[in-house]
Amino acid sequence: MTTTDILEETYVALSANKARSILTMLGIIIGIASVIAMISIGQGAQQSISANIASIGSNLVMIMPGAARSFGGPSAGRGSAQTLTVEDGEAIQNGVANIAAIAFDVSARAQATAKGTNTNTSIIGTTPSYTTVRNVEIDDGSFFADAQVQSAAKVAVVGPTVQTDLFGDGGTALGQTIRIKGIEFKIIGVTKTKGGSGFSNTDDTIYIPYTSAQRYLTGNKYLTEIDISGIDSNSSSLVQSDVTDLLLTRHHISDPASADFNLLNQADIVATASSVTNTFTILLSSVAAISLVVGGIGIMNMMLTTVTERTREIGLRKAIGAKAHDINMQFLAEAVALTFIGGLIGVAIGWLIAFGVTYFGILQTKVSLSSILLAFGVSAGIGIIFGYYPARRAAKMNPIEALRFE
Amino acid sequence: MIEIKNITKTYSTGPVPFQALKGVSFKVDDGEFVAIMGPSGSGKSTLMHIIGALDTPTTGKYILDGKDVSTQSDDELADVRKDKIGFVFQAFNLLPRTTVLRNTMLPLMYKGIAKENREPLARKALLSAGLGEDRWQNKSNELSGGQIQRVAIARALVNNPALILADEPTGNLDTKTGEIVLATFQRLNKDEGRTIILITHEHEVAEYAERIIFIRDGLIVSDSKNHKRRIANHHDDN
Repeated sequence: MTTTDILEETYVALSANKARSILTMLGIIIGIASVIAMISIGQGAQQSISANIASIGSNLVMIMPGAARSFGGPSAGRGSAQTLTVEDGEAIQNGVANIAAIAFDVSARAQATAKGTNTNTSIIGTTPSYTTVRNVEIDDGSFFADAQVQSAAKVAVVGPTVQTDLFGDGGTALGQTIRIKGIEFKIIGVTKTKGGSGFSNTDDTIYIPYTSAQRYLTGNKYLTEIDISGIDSNSSSLVQSDVTDLLLTRHHISDPASADFNLLNQADIVATASSVTNTFTILLSSVAAISLVVGGIGIMNMMLTTVTERTREIGLRKAIGAKAHDINMQFLAEAVALTFIGGLIGVAIGWLIAFGVTYFGILQTKVSLSSILLAFGVSAGIGIIFGYYPARRAAKMNPIEALRFE
Repeated sequence: MIEIKNITKTYSTGPVPFQALKGVSFKVDDGEFVAIMGPSGSGKSTLMHIIGALDTPTTGKYILDGKDVSTQSDDELADVRKDKIGFVFQAFNLLPRTTVLRNTMLPLMYKGIAKENREPLARKALLSAGLGEDRWQNKSNELSGGQIQRVAIARALVNNPALILADEPTGNLDTKTGEIVLATFQRLNKDEGRTIILITHEHEVAEYAERIIFIRDGLIVSDSKNHKRRIANHHDDN
């Protein structure tokens, strides 16, 4: 019995009962399609989150005041602790290697008003290097310069959302004046839109020199955040440990566990977010995998019915010289053909679902080759696992009893 | 040549072991047409299974074509059936919804005959069995009982077996059609020299053979030449 013979027998057998074959395949089709769709949506979500995190800066290390806590844990509110000073920042700038840029931030929420309009927005007092550290690009005008930071100038750079909120659709903020806490600031620049997803909406932000923020908004000399951009992707962990050592020394703290500041490394955020989306993908795929198992049981059920129905045929085949192995192969091939074809259709439908999700702009999905190969492997495997028992039952039949079967 | 030497068969599946054959011996020469006859429960089916290499005897020897097949494994028995024996069953056992040609070629698949050589062999066998070419593309469920049994005979012939074993081949056919089938067997025996063993419980059917072995309660009661042999009318061409 050659492979061609087995394929031909399989084709004849499956097409003899088309409706049943298709219904049986449906279980596998749904299972594989959902696995493919779930994996691709999961990977798409992961990429989208990674891209969001990447957009907040490059090789970023953020230093915040307050007791150390793990990322994602509860926070008493950033900026509530007053432990980071400009001197700390300068010491870091001068004493830590591998720093490409450093920005001192004083952030606050405040009401900003223009002529007859107002918006409650995030005010970030910072230095010009913020544009480098946090990937902020200027659309119109310019960011403030170091001289304006030194002189605590009343200048502001606004995000596009703020521009729309205060000056209406199509309004121009550049050159206008806004009031923040009653102090007039002149708008000298508007940032490019960056998209509002992720941790904060950078489009709904007003940037002013940090010195101005300290003087007019917070009224103290503390910083709420220091942002450092490492020179390359490997440097951020070096920077993180150097900064920790430096600040511990400066703050006279011997036990790192009781540090009065905490550091957030962009790489850590990426890793955490990836692990979250990974867990999510695994969860969704497991649910899909359950439907695959159910589909497999459907295959087994149909194969057992088929074997019983075709008992006399099996008896005849044995009588004319078919060996147990031949019968085994024939029925196993039927089960594998069902799951394989089901897998093929399932991959196509799963791909279509992923394509639809991308097409309708819900999420940028990606069907990876590995998930397709996995789906094929799994579907063929299910055929073998769930086809094994029925095929063995057929192969072990006694030809005399099989021929007599009514 | 077939040699059955003091064969017994005991079934021990039930609560009490049952001896279906209690020591049966006979020889069938090449080219013979033998009927094995007996009422139901006589052990003739058990004997047929052993001759057909579907089963092995409990004791005794069965030599087919010079080869002892009484102690072989299942796979070896499958090889014996494939190479030496052509079966014709009472229930025909054709594959449903499958063409005549495909049904006839089925044993060749297990024999490992190359695909392109199968059809010529099947054509030859169908012609030998007396089924006209106009039926060959028909599905098995589109044929009459007599035609179906000829396809079954062709399927039995296609491997060119040493022995054709027919188990109640006319049991599901009316008298006239049955006679046509028996005429086919007689012609195959006379013209092609085929060795045929016919298992039946009907006297009239057994009388088409040239030798009748009568079996009862697991023992041979008589084994003699059939002096009143019936010759089927030669209307076996359709």
